[in-house]
Amino acid sequence: MFMFVIRRLLVSIMVVLASVTLVFFILNVLPGNPAEMMLGPNATPETLQNLNESLGLNKSLLVQYFDYMRGFLKGDLGESFITKKPVIDQLLAQLPATLSLAGASIAIAVILGMVLGVLSAVYQNKAIDYVVRMISLFSISMPTFWLGILLILIFSVHLQWLPAIGNGSLRQLILPACCLGIASAGSLSRLVRNSVLEVLNEQFVVTLRAKGLPEKLVLCKHVLRNALIPTVTMIGIVAGELLSGAVVTETVFSRQGIGRVVVEAIMQKDIPLVQAAILIAAIFYIIVNLLVDISYTYIDPRIRSKH
Amino acid sequence: MKPLLEVKELSVDFYKHGNAINVIDKVNLRINSGEIVCMIGESGSGKTITSLSIMRLIDFNSGKITHGDIELSGVSLVTLTKQEISVLRGKKIAMIFQEPMSALDPVFTIGDQIVEVLIRHTNLTKPAAREQAITLLQRVGIPEPEVRMKQYPYELSGGMRQRAMIAIALACEPELLIADEPTTALDVTIQAQILNLLKEIRDEFNMSILFITHDLGIAAEIADRIVVMYAGKVIEQAAVHELFEQPFHPYTSGLLQSVVTMDSDRTEKLFTINGSIPSLSELPTGCRFHPRCAYATDRCRSEEPELVSQSGREAACWNIEKLLHEPQQQVEPKRIIAADRAIAASFEHEQKQRLPLLEVRAIKKYFSIEQGLFKQNKKLIHAVDDVSFQIGKGETFGLVGESGCGKSTLGRVLLQLEQATSGQVLFEGKDVLRAPAGEWKSSRRDIQFVFQDPYGSINPRWKVGDIIGEPLWVHESLKGQAKRQKVVEVMELVGLNPAAYDRLPHEFSGGQRQRISIARAIALKPKFIVADEAVSALDVSVQSQIVNLMQELQGQLDLSYLFIAHGLNIVRHISDRIGVMYLGKLVEIATTDELFAHPAHHYTKALLAAIPLPDPTRRKTFLPLQGEMPSPANPPTGCRFHTRCTAATDLCKKIEPALQRIGPGHLAACHYPA
Repeated sequence: MFMFVIRRLLVSIMVVLASVTLVFFILNVLPGNPAEMMLGPNATPETLQNLNESLGLNKSLLVQYFDYMRGFLKGDLGESFITKKPVIDQLLAQLPATLSLAGASIAIAVILGMVLGVLSAVYQNKAIDYVVRMISLFSISMPTFWLGILLILIFSVHLQWLPAIGNGSLRQLILPACCLGIASAGSLSRLVRNSVLEVLNEQFVVTLRAKGLPEKLVLCKHVLRNALIPTVTMIGIVAGELLSGAVVTETVFSRQGIGRVVVEAIMQKDIPLVQAAILIAAIFYIIVNLLVDISYTYIDPRIRSKH
Repeated sequence: MKPLLEVKELSVDFYKHGNAINVIDKVNLRINSGEIVCMIGESGSGKTITSLSIMRLIDFNSGKITHGDIELSGVSLVTLTKQEISVLRGKKIAMIFQEPMSALDPVFTIGDQIVEVLIRHTNLTKPAAREQAITLLQRVGIPEPEVRMKQYPYELSGGMRQRAMIAIALACEPELLIADEPTTALDVTIQAQILNLLKEIRDEFNMSILFITHDLGIAAEIADRIVVMYAGKVIEQAAVHELFEQPFHPYTSGLLQSVVTMDSDRTEKLFTINGSIPSLSELPTGCRFHPRCAYATDRCRSEEPELVSQSGREAACWNIEKLLHEPQQQVEPKRIIAADRAIAASFEHEQKQRLPLLEVRAIKKYFSIEQGLFKQNKKLIHAVDDVSFQIGKGETFGLVGESGCGKSTLGRVLLQLEQATSGQVLFEGKDVLRAPAGEWKSSRRDIQFVFQDPYGSINPRWKVGDIIGEPLWVHESLKGQAKRQKVVEVMELVGLNPAAYDRLPHEFSGGQRQRISIARAIALKPKFIVADEAVSALDVSVQSQIVNLMQELQGQLDLSYLFIAHGLNIVRHISDRIGVMYLGKLVEIATTDELFAHPAHHYTKALLAAIPLPDPTRRKTFLPLQGEMPSPANPPTGCRFHTRCTAATDLCKKIEPALQRIGPGHLAACHYPA
């Protein structure tokens, strides 16, 4: 088990290095010169030349890459082209808002998705199942910006229960977290429904019932744990999406967050900032997936033995 | 005496898309305490449904008891609430199943799964329950029970899992144990051990057992009384000796005759009951068996016979009298004909004269498992270890052995589905394993295959005609009308209706699907077919049909077979010569009659002795073979069988015996051949 984690960590480090490299080159082959963008159409060739030099953009791509990697290994991700501040500080300032939104929405998605999914499976083809399936279809097909606006209209404007915008307090977190969480809960509940149904058809469920176990125990102890593997995989994927894909929600609820920073940075061709943000997303994704893989081994002993 | 369990006129309906389908109809069943009752019948006859109904487990599958009653020690189970019945399950009635791997929860330890049932039904504390669980594991013959407690189902062998299942069932000392084909998925040697264990348990706890099986040999071995089911009805019920001596129902009589025994005449075709069991949604009128019955009269076609008592037994047939006065069809069991050594000698001579079709030379197949941080620790699984043999033209070579002995891997190597670690396979003198890249297609053309699972081995989304015609397309680029014409020919050859060309596999029964597989295999007119457990998944009567078909085709198309199986009776019937494998090694090769008459290797002897005989007067009084096959990752030194062999000496532990000639056409790898 320990060996497994070590091996996965080594692989993860390589993945991080590879993603840094990839991001560096992709951003550099994009058309448009950052210096030109910053100076606008009226810039003289001379000022352009100066700015290119000060940003290090006149060097060959390979030299730029090695400079960047040297800095990266020392923990220096460079300075923003625009604000001239270290990008790392800028991003770390956004991290709490992003993480709390991601965490809260995952929690909502998991709880809602599991409960609905199990209900729907247990009452297969009965009224509850149809209702749940309608709800999940609704939540999957509804764009988040629209759901966000809907939530604001109902809970902030009409009922005036919760604040519509801003970040900081827990109350301000509720609506955006629900907005993001509900969207993922829909697809999660479908997955849970399918895997629970699959497990319910297994022979060992007959054994458990033949042992005289109450249905509640059969379901909550045995069936759920067996159905958890695909669910956990899905949680891993959803978590990755939430970090970078929360832009829309952040915009609707006027929240700070890495998502919005990245979008702005891309517009302004602020390459160091984009690179650093993608890097953080990659690391986050890798950590989540490492956790997912480790949790597999706790859920299913057969996976444990393979390592 | 009042019976422990009494099922009275039980009818059960299943609901599918709002329609009710009657699955069992007025089933009567009595089990006295301490009695073993075997329920036999083909798949689809309603055996399992009856057993699940007794447990009221059909409640969970949208099944409903529409008529009749089930009484356990005078208490009606039909009227109990869900809570009340769940208290009885596992406590008064317990159940074990066919496939012990899927019947145990894969993510909990064996210990947890036993403790769970104890906690549910007794007042034991958790530590006390653990103690009890260890005692139970010990009782069912699991070595090192403390270690096993912490293991998961996948870490145990099939036999050990079934023992663990039995431990769970025994936990609360139930009055009735329902065993649904508990040995079907196991090897004969392990099957004998489990049957023995069940008999011991019955004696020890005075428990009643309802034993469901399709194997009449097992029924003869273990049953006190036998209940025969057909298409959802009980059609005959009698004490085991009476039933085997004189069946009252034509179906039972047919079943008994389709059993292939070690005594049956190999030159004759196998007896088959025509047709197959009807689907429950299209039941025939009158007696449900009449379309397949040789005795059927007009009355059988219009009027359904009731189960009537006659001299202490019951049968549902209008023609019992006719059947009884028929001259006894049962052939006096011929003892195994002592193989004529002179014939064997001339056979050996003949073998040397002609060129073998297929020659396997020192084939090894090792699988490696990697462990450690950088996968630096390599461990080798010796799946097939230095195996050599020959198959002549038109010959059928049987390959037998317990599961895990490497027989299927060997078959896959011959088909080039696995790459051999070393060795040669010569087909008509050419080494197919090292054939040049351009010849891979032609070298595969003459070697075809039929696999065990008639469901998994054909693509469910393809039309039957396309499945059979695919090899024609691959090798001869046949399309359209040309392909159809050839496929229709082949379909007729294997007894499939050519009208089925455009239908999908799910519309066919297991036996018919196996015909599709065979049709696909012979479509290219190959010379050699590897049949890996080709009939093991089929019902007895269907098994015989397929074996007969394979033998007919062999005559017509001059085929050679490698027939891999664990069911020795069938192998005996179809094979000219047989090879016995144990733990990757070929330990004995002989002509069929010679092998069965004079088995030389102690393993072969044990295998033969483990086969249940369909004759209740010849029950076994001893256990043929103890223990299980060791892991092929770590095979024993010397003779690999020495750990289980009663004749083993120090020599066997140290030096591995070579496969050598001990008689005409008879090779064995044993220091002390019998």
